[in-house]
Amino acid sequence: MKTRTARAGAAMAALGAVLGAIAIGAPPAAAQEDTKAEIERYREMLQDGNPAELTVLRGEGLWKEKRGPKNASLEECDLGKGPGVVQGAYAELPRHFADVDAVMDAETRIVHCMVALQGFDKAEITKRPFSGTGQRATDIEALTAFVVEESRGVPVNVPQQHPKEIAAYQRGERIFHYRGGPYDFSCASCHEGENKRIRLQDLPELTKSGPAQLAFTTWPAYRVSQGALRTMQWRMYDCFRQQRFPEMVFGSEASIDLITYLGVTAKGGKMDSPAIKR
Amino acid sequence: MADPMKIRASAKGDVVDVRVLMAHEMETGQRKDAEGKTIPAWYISEVVASLNDKPVLKAHWGPAIAKNPYMQFKIRGGKAGDKVTISWVDNKGDKRTDEATVS
Repeated sequence: MKTRTARAGAAMAALGAVLGAIAIGAPPAAAQEDTKAEIERYREMLQDGNPAELTVLRGEGLWKEKRGPKNASLEECDLGKGPGVVQGAYAELPRHFADVDAVMDAETRIVHCMVALQGFDKAEITKRPFSGTGQRATDIEALTAFVVEESRGVPVNVPQQHPKEIAAYQRGERIFHYRGGPYDFSCASCHEGENKRIRLQDLPELTKSGPAQLAFTTWPAYRVSQGALRTMQWRMYDCFRQQRFPEMVFGSEASIDLITYLGVTAKGGKMDSPAIKR
Repeated sequence: MADPMKIRASAKGDVVDVRVLMAHEMETGQRKDAEGKTIPAWYISEVVASLNDKPVLKAHWGPAIAKNPYMQFKIRGGKAGDKVTISWVDNKGDKRTDEATVS
């Protein structure tokens, strides 16, 4: 029998100390490569037993359970491929929905279904859309985890047919390059241009197909450092926070525009989420 | 009620490899909350694994096991199509049972 114990944390800390010692002795470039390899090895070690799988199971339960004032399940929810079709839906979101005449991403659409089908109060369920560090996933996070799991292996194909879908992409591209805030930062400051990194984390060049695919297909992900599943809406929210931009509102047009921009750039990548990240 | 666990069981020859991920807080009883009060211990105390309803493994756990425990073990004499059942009981008496079919 093999179990993961609380000691694993101490072992990782020790590994960090060893890495620190190597970095002092070796030439800087070699040390950087070593560290990169070690980070890769650490990521490899995490792959088996992703705690996000537990969130997926809980999300599946929530999806099928009759809940809310209308005592209905979400099984009739239309995620863009017809009522009740979850398989492959995430890979084609955000998209335009005729019933609301707006472009919606997966999380916004799930909230829409919870309001329309189950009768939940929108303000109430979106008041705290993200869980805190180490806390139990929120209902929105669990449902999103289930929906994205049902698209694993499906190629990303975010539509660009409806004029509003095209407009969302264009606005997303503009927001991506918009510099502002106290740091005079844009998304592009970090995510455009080759070989950029922050501390030891390589920053993906999100205007290019390959890195955009890697990013789009691996969110939502379980963040080990936060002990929580993080969604694409959270990713956008936190990027805005890191840029010191005004707080991004959950499900806002700006968030959907940015996700659309990333999703269209990531066309053809195979969904591999929920993933697990540092 | 406790959240479901994820069980994967695959046969290779006559050995079944079982991997289980359980959803549990696993509080050690050593931590304190924001007000400085001790968070009471809350952990899985017993795990039982069965192959076709015949117990093959019993484990007594304590607070040293990390949150959302991951357990892997092998059963000799199993084959594809067999039923693997995992049950746990925690120190508050909460319990959970899930099963999977060996692939």
